[in-house]
Amino acid sequence: MRYLPLTPADRAEMLGVVGVSSVDDLFRDVPQTARRDGTVDLPNHLGELEVEQELRALAGRNRAAGDGLFFCGAGAYRHHVPATVDHIIQRSEFLTSYTPYQPEIAQGTLQYLYEFQTQVAALTGMDVANASMYDGSTAAGEAVMMAHRVTKRPKAVLSGGLHPHYAETIKTLAHVAGVDIVRQPAAIDGEAAVVDALDADVACVVVQTPNVFGTATDVAKIAAAAQAAGALLIVVTTEVVSLGLLKSPGEMGADIVVAEGQSIGNGLNFGGPYVGLFAAREKFLRQMPGRLTGETVDADGRRGFVLTLSTREQHIRRDKATSNICTNSGLCALAFTIHMSLLGEAGLRKLAALNHQKARALRAELAAVPGVEVLTPRFFNEFAIRLPADAAEVVETLAGNGVLAGVPYSRLDPAAGLDDVLLVAATEMTPDNDIRFLPRALARVLGAKEQG
Amino acid sequence: MSMNSVGRPTRPEAAAPAQAAGVPATLSGGRGLLQDEALIFELGGWEKTGVDLPNVDPDGLDLGDLVRTAPIGLPGLSEPEAMRHYVRLSQKNHAIDLALYPLGSCTMKHNPRLNEKMARLPGFSDIHPLQPQSTVQGALALMDRLAHWLKTLTGMPAVALSPKAGAHGELCGLLAIRAAHEAKGDARKRVLVPTSAHGTNPATAAFVGYAVEEIAQTEDGRVDLADLEAKLGPDVAAIMVTNPNTCGLFERDIVEIARLTHAAGAYFYCDGANFNAIVGRVRPADLGVDAMHINLHKTFSTPHGGGGPGAGPVVLSDALAPYAPTPWIVHGEDGFALVEAPEGPAERAFGRMSAFHGQMGMYVRALAYMMSHGADGLRQAAEDAVLNANYIKARLQDVMTPAFPEGPCMHEALFDDAWLDGTGVTTLDFAKAMIDEGFHPMTMYFPLVVHGAMLIEPTETEPKHELDRFCDTLRLLAEAAKAGDAERFKGAPFHAPLRRLDETLAARKPKLRWRPEAALAQAAE
Amino acid sequence: MRFTKDHEWVALDGDVATVGITAYAAEQLGDVVFVEVPEVGKVVKTGDGLAVVESVKAASDVYAPIAGEVVEANGALSDTPETVNHAPEGDGWFAKLKVADKAAVEALMDRDAYEAFLQTL
Repeated sequence: MRYLPLTPADRAEMLGVVGVSSVDDLFRDVPQTARRDGTVDLPNHLGELEVEQELRALAGRNRAAGDGLFFCGAGAYRHHVPATVDHIIQRSEFLTSYTPYQPEIAQGTLQYLYEFQTQVAALTGMDVANASMYDGSTAAGEAVMMAHRVTKRPKAVLSGGLHPHYAETIKTLAHVAGVDIVRQPAAIDGEAAVVDALDADVACVVVQTPNVFGTATDVAKIAAAAQAAGALLIVVTTEVVSLGLLKSPGEMGADIVVAEGQSIGNGLNFGGPYVGLFAAREKFLRQMPGRLTGETVDADGRRGFVLTLSTREQHIRRDKATSNICTNSGLCALAFTIHMSLLGEAGLRKLAALNHQKARALRAELAAVPGVEVLTPRFFNEFAIRLPADAAEVVETLAGNGVLAGVPYSRLDPAAGLDDVLLVAATEMTPDNDIRFLPRALARVLGAKEQG
Repeated sequence: MSMNSVGRPTRPEAAAPAQAAGVPATLSGGRGLLQDEALIFELGGWEKTGVDLPNVDPDGLDLGDLVRTAPIGLPGLSEPEAMRHYVRLSQKNHAIDLALYPLGSCTMKHNPRLNEKMARLPGFSDIHPLQPQSTVQGALALMDRLAHWLKTLTGMPAVALSPKAGAHGELCGLLAIRAAHEAKGDARKRVLVPTSAHGTNPATAAFVGYAVEEIAQTEDGRVDLADLEAKLGPDVAAIMVTNPNTCGLFERDIVEIARLTHAAGAYFYCDGANFNAIVGRVRPADLGVDAMHINLHKTFSTPHGGGGPGAGPVVLSDALAPYAPTPWIVHGEDGFALVEAPEGPAERAFGRMSAFHGQMGMYVRALAYMMSHGADGLRQAAEDAVLNANYIKARLQDVMTPAFPEGPCMHEALFDDAWLDGTGVTTLDFAKAMIDEGFHPMTMYFPLVVHGAMLIEPTETEPKHELDRFCDTLRLLAEAAKAGDAERFKGAPFHAPLRRLDETLAARKPKLRWRPEAALAQAAE
Repeated sequence: MRFTKDHEWVALDGDVATVGITAYAAEQLGDVVFVEVPEVGKVVKTGDGLAVVESVKAASDVYAPIAGEVVEANGALSDTPETVNHAPEGDGWFAKLKVADKAAVEALMDRDAYEAFLQTL
């Protein structure tokens, strides 16, 4: 077996050194009733070629985004990842290292995490950022828990534009923390409505921009209202490329910013692994979850980096930790920081403008389709349209024609009563030809439905 | 006050200079292949970019005053500069591909590159989580097959795939347990956790709203049954026990622990971090487990990646399965389907762990590994992991002090620091001297129940000659410590990219990001 | 000055008790990097959490050795936590409590008794 270096002779010699006659002796503490003689009922080992053949067959049963026309977003976006990124993250020293507990031999990881934290803080307009979370949705859950710790208040208000999966993730954590969730009804352009729910019990309001319907919102007034009521403003962003074009949440007064960082450096991967960004104002630093990397010096006075402020964390604080999080999303954070370094400010701004322009072109085309109504007033690279038909059915029909036309809102929130709403996105990956083709394909399907 | 840890130096003492007598320091700070490397903020230009994009019509924006006007503060690097920057950084890292990485409880085993290749097939990497399910049948089939392997290997009837790491899996398991109690109208308050547990166990239980109570440990490193029995009661929701435990020992009384727990109406959460020691040989279901997370990045070789991404599927007993979080996969009329909303069969689901369906990229890697090993290979892997650890214990037990000398260990060998008494060398010093010898240190000062703990986990992917090289080196170091050569340890490491770092300074005056002002102030000095 | 088995000290001046941790505790902790002192006005019972003192590798709760109301906290420690290491039984104090039961302070260990207690550890 190619992953096991010991030979039968090695094993025999080693058992002799240990002083037992067989490996079964080493498992003698296993209770009789749980001992099993043979192997479990699964296939035996396979060569590399056979594994590859089987898995390629499974991969071949999926429609990859690159196989046809593609307009899906809703929290996961298809962007171009430079070849350099994937090459570097596969270097042994990054791929096969552990959490940097021994800083003398982990400066590679620690320095890129420090650079990552700085990039995230700059991008979000916040004072400090951590070394990443699992993804945007879990980061949002942790942000609400943090606001609860900071304010010691029992309620969180979620906007009607917050991604429904994020709302459910938050609700799951909030339930056990004893935090009441007020989730406002789905609303295309309704982030500001969260201020109506403010009272002395509210720990935080959670808004998303661009929201799940694509609407971009100036949250400055929401920030002022929340803070005047003693609550924190948490701003969620699922499309981090938008921050190359839009005012940063920090600039608009956010207290905590969480984002899905997948768009930079990371592929779609059917939903994971992704990388959660988490940034906050400095005054809340000690209530933050997750790893933090800080600058220091070594015994010879050379600059170096270490994990720091660990007393917030589970391995020291145990049941009083700010979170149970242990791992971050290291390699995805590395992909993010490499891609962001390649882009730089100039590249990111251009990338963002390009995305916006593609989406505007798509909007113009779709708005001309009879029966289609564009719902989103101000958007970055994604918007909602209303169809004169069930969006999920239309999407399924178009998928059969090689077009992944977007995400029906009902897929995210079946109970919202928005079965006719479709979320469509365009990025730099969307060819102009496809933008011109989608409305025609859509019109054909809608026309057929009307006739049928 | 409570003191929950032994104080140990967190800033370098006035140590001997690393420069050997007569060897001049380099003038640039570079050392041979080891390049000094600045931060991207000191290298990059504000105008520079390493990505060529088409020009955009500057008047094509339609966002009014939402547009950002102030500079962001992100430097850019050309492609060659980026490549150099990250390659130079990489060379300052230890890696399992370079040498033994014996971090106990972390399972640093070989990461097969087939896994990486498979995860990058466009049919897995370039599919959107919300595509119509008819277009991702292969992905759902892969998840279903992974679930089948995990259920068969553990003997458990159900699995929740979506947790994104071990700690996230613990959270999932405890949320299911809480939901099961709540469904019975049984508001229980406490969770019992052994003193030797991973910090994530008490942190998770507290996060889920339970009071945490510690269970004592016996002289031979196992759960104290009498103490467990005394602390179990009608308000105990669950116990969380790691098995094999963090001392590297199999909990001999595990079946009895499960029986007592169930008799008290509580659930048995097993921390599966050490499942790699028993996979293919022992099924947790046969031990009475109700829920257990499986770290795909430990047992099933997905890469640790410098701290993630991990994956932590949770197997569940029949009692807990109805409360599993959405989404999950069902076999429908037209193939596989995802249950995504908490209605119908999922109406008792406790909620959702995250957006989408979990760590698909890790599922592909783990399944590639499982299929490569097969039922026979996984069993052999567990046996070799245990044999390697016992071999290390046998080869070092006369120069170091095993914390539990009696009987075999499982996949990791635990030593205390009694053998360092009187040498002036601490566990920390010893670990730092290992760095100079080219090895990553073992896990130190964990578990907390053993003084100056050194927890060594070699894994099954180490050849015998590498184990011998490691043991030979540790024996030489141990002899040096006992011979009074404290200097070698106190100032160590001397040969690493950096010497000991001042963690006190980092914590007292946190500098968590680069700031231009700081750079300007430094330049002015 | 009086002492507890949890390594806190109390110095009474009128009805105001100054509280800190002992030199022994400060040394055991290692380099103190952060201190969380209570807010003025907080009312504590004996044994309640009063402050948190952190080294790089440990976070420890400091318990109120005596019941009372916090009338002053040592805010200077937020900028210079190292004072706890340099002068644990002086400038490194954590809080001043207004106490009702002065006899309870007198009932704690005196220095000789505390020194003897340390010998037993």
